[in-house]
Amino acid sequence: MTLMHDAPADRQPDPERPSEPAQPAVATMTMAQALNRALADALEMDPSVLVFGEDVGTLGGVFRITDGLTKRFGEQRCFDTPLAESGIVGTAVGMAMNGMRPVVEMQFDAFAYPAFEQIVDHVAKMGNRTRGKVRLPMVIRIPFAGGIGGVEHHSDSSEAYYVHTPGLTVVSPATPQDAYGLLRAAIAFPDPVVFLEPKKLYWSTGEVDTTAPLPELGRARVAREGTDATLIAYGPTVPVALAAAEAAAAEGRSLAVVDVRTLTPFDDETVCAAVRATGRAVVVAEAPGFASVASEIAARVSERCFHYLEAPVRRVTGFDTPFAPPKLERYYLPGVDRILDAVDDLQWEDA
Amino acid sequence: MHADDLMPGDTPLRLIDEQGSGHPHEHYAFPSADLLREGYGRLVLGRRLNDQADALVRQGKLAVYPSSHGQEACEVAAAMVLGEGDWLFPTYRDSVAVVSRGVDPFEAFLLLRGDWHSGYDPNQYRVAPQATPLATQLLHAVGFAHAARLRGEDTVVVALCGDGATSEGDFHEALNFAAVFHLPVVFLVQNNGYAISVPLSRQTAAPSLAHKGVGYGMRGRLVDGNDLAALLAVLGEAVTEAREGGGPTLVEAITYRMKSHTNADDANRYRTAAEVEPWLARDPLLRLRTWLTAEGALTDGDVAEFQADAERVALDLRARIMADAEPQPLDLFAYVYAEPTPQLREQSELLAAELAAESRAEARTESRTEEVAR
Repeated sequence: MTLMHDAPADRQPDPERPSEPAQPAVATMTMAQALNRALADALEMDPSVLVFGEDVGTLGGVFRITDGLTKRFGEQRCFDTPLAESGIVGTAVGMAMNGMRPVVEMQFDAFAYPAFEQIVDHVAKMGNRTRGKVRLPMVIRIPFAGGIGGVEHHSDSSEAYYVHTPGLTVVSPATPQDAYGLLRAAIAFPDPVVFLEPKKLYWSTGEVDTTAPLPELGRARVAREGTDATLIAYGPTVPVALAAAEAAAAEGRSLAVVDVRTLTPFDDETVCAAVRATGRAVVVAEAPGFASVASEIAARVSERCFHYLEAPVRRVTGFDTPFAPPKLERYYLPGVDRILDAVDDLQWEDA
Repeated sequence: MHADDLMPGDTPLRLIDEQGSGHPHEHYAFPSADLLREGYGRLVLGRRLNDQADALVRQGKLAVYPSSHGQEACEVAAAMVLGEGDWLFPTYRDSVAVVSRGVDPFEAFLLLRGDWHSGYDPNQYRVAPQATPLATQLLHAVGFAHAARLRGEDTVVVALCGDGATSEGDFHEALNFAAVFHLPVVFLVQNNGYAISVPLSRQTAAPSLAHKGVGYGMRGRLVDGNDLAALLAVLGEAVTEAREGGGPTLVEAITYRMKSHTNADDANRYRTAAEVEPWLARDPLLRLRTWLTAEGALTDGDVAEFQADAERVALDLRARIMADAEPQPLDLFAYVYAEPTPQLREQSELLAAELAAESRAEARTESRTEEVAR
């Protein structure tokens, strides 16, 4: 099995990258701080990078991801807009057409839908429509998914809408290190990136090395090695899958965990190598399972790894209901027990 | 800015009336006869291209054509007021404006031939791709202007839309963003009376579309959309104000869609010939020609020359459009991303294999046919 704790880099760290004395290159930070640092470093390095959206200026964003950026870089580089998501994304398209690298924030997953027409009709298609003459280097950051007890419209897993749209690149980090690296890579990318930030992980902590080579978009990561079955997860379900693997280990079963990281383009190579090595796979995602990213992963793995499989590929996903109200959230979200139950069903008796 | 300064007048500005008589205005300078003469040439070309495109649809060479017949003065004026470094953001009905801006007519019409979704390089001509979803391109225009402003450039952007598009949310968001950020954008709404079949009365209850400007803190201006002189005066002033830091303007041009929405539409189902008839006399070419002739700025020889020039362009367009398109199937995968994804590479190989099998089969059929012939 290919081990990919560190995905191959597509670029070397820039010697010009500023190292602020107050901000060491390697530090323990929350995912929110790592994202903030990534935005700050991108703004510092590239004058064409702009950050805008709702409440991202003085307030620093409702999740404080843009905290201090307006103060440090000025109103011209990080600013509040009128409260209009289509306006934010649509003007970002125009800015990207005119030499800028806008990074816009949608305040919550379900509040990004007014921008859907712009995203599907223009953000995703401009490069193709113009035969590559006009590329849109822009990032749409969306705090997404549940796990924070949010009231209705604050916990949607909206990734399938974006993943289903050719022309978009869709990324979701699961660690502070990836939050930093993948966001920097997304901002440097020549095409538009929908960057899905698992909001329940904003306060998770980890070591971040800002001088590490930036990860290549489109590469998955083996988050934990294992020999008996492979859990495939992304974004908010990666820590859940890791917890399930830990619990399984205590029971003598060795589960690998693959963190997909980039939903499109999907890393068939890494995921399939991990599945072939164990012969069993469970896909874990928060979104409703019907016609979902989890479904696509299960289908791809089944098609490509059929002769290696000891059991059908299983999915553990959210139910096909609107996202649960806060008091019912724990019944809705895929948890360790539900994952382990699915693992138990992988036809071990035939082994 | 005082609200009164933002309000449009009660009647559209008109400098040349339907009879071709000029009416000097206390505020707006009359465009020079030379400029209007140049504009007349562009109108002749625009009309000829509208007719040519209709003919090409009838011959099955273009998939469809949303004609701007009757609206050519708006189309031409939008292009004429732009400076070299300025940008135009057109809609699907604005092919004449796109050509008037300088885009090769063949490239402009490739979209409608069905070769690709856009046929020209936006950066080469400073013309955004023609937008089909309504009002979405207005936001791109605003963002484009914002970027220019942040870099301290004096680019002005003219963004086009129709009366139906003013009901879309993106129209509102675009005007609001442009006004809040005080951006150099001129919004030109061609009010041609219809959104396919639905009349203006079902789009708005406002006194005019230009009145919407004041709601955003933006100048609203009302102009006769069939009077090139008035259009150049109003749009020209709006562009100058935008360039000098005066912010955006909303211009509503009152015109009329003489043809159906497209060739696939039948306007007889929702409007009468009696309604269309008075607009024939308001034709933008007719009145400008009358005025220019009376001014001694246009001879019959000049008209013949303009028409001959337009004919040459139209016939060249016709010849190039009639030539067989040779779309490359593998182009489907080439531009989706800067670098095709592994999945797109796989799919491209699949199609390439199908194409190869197809051409082998064709070659076999041909050789069999040859054998039989022998």
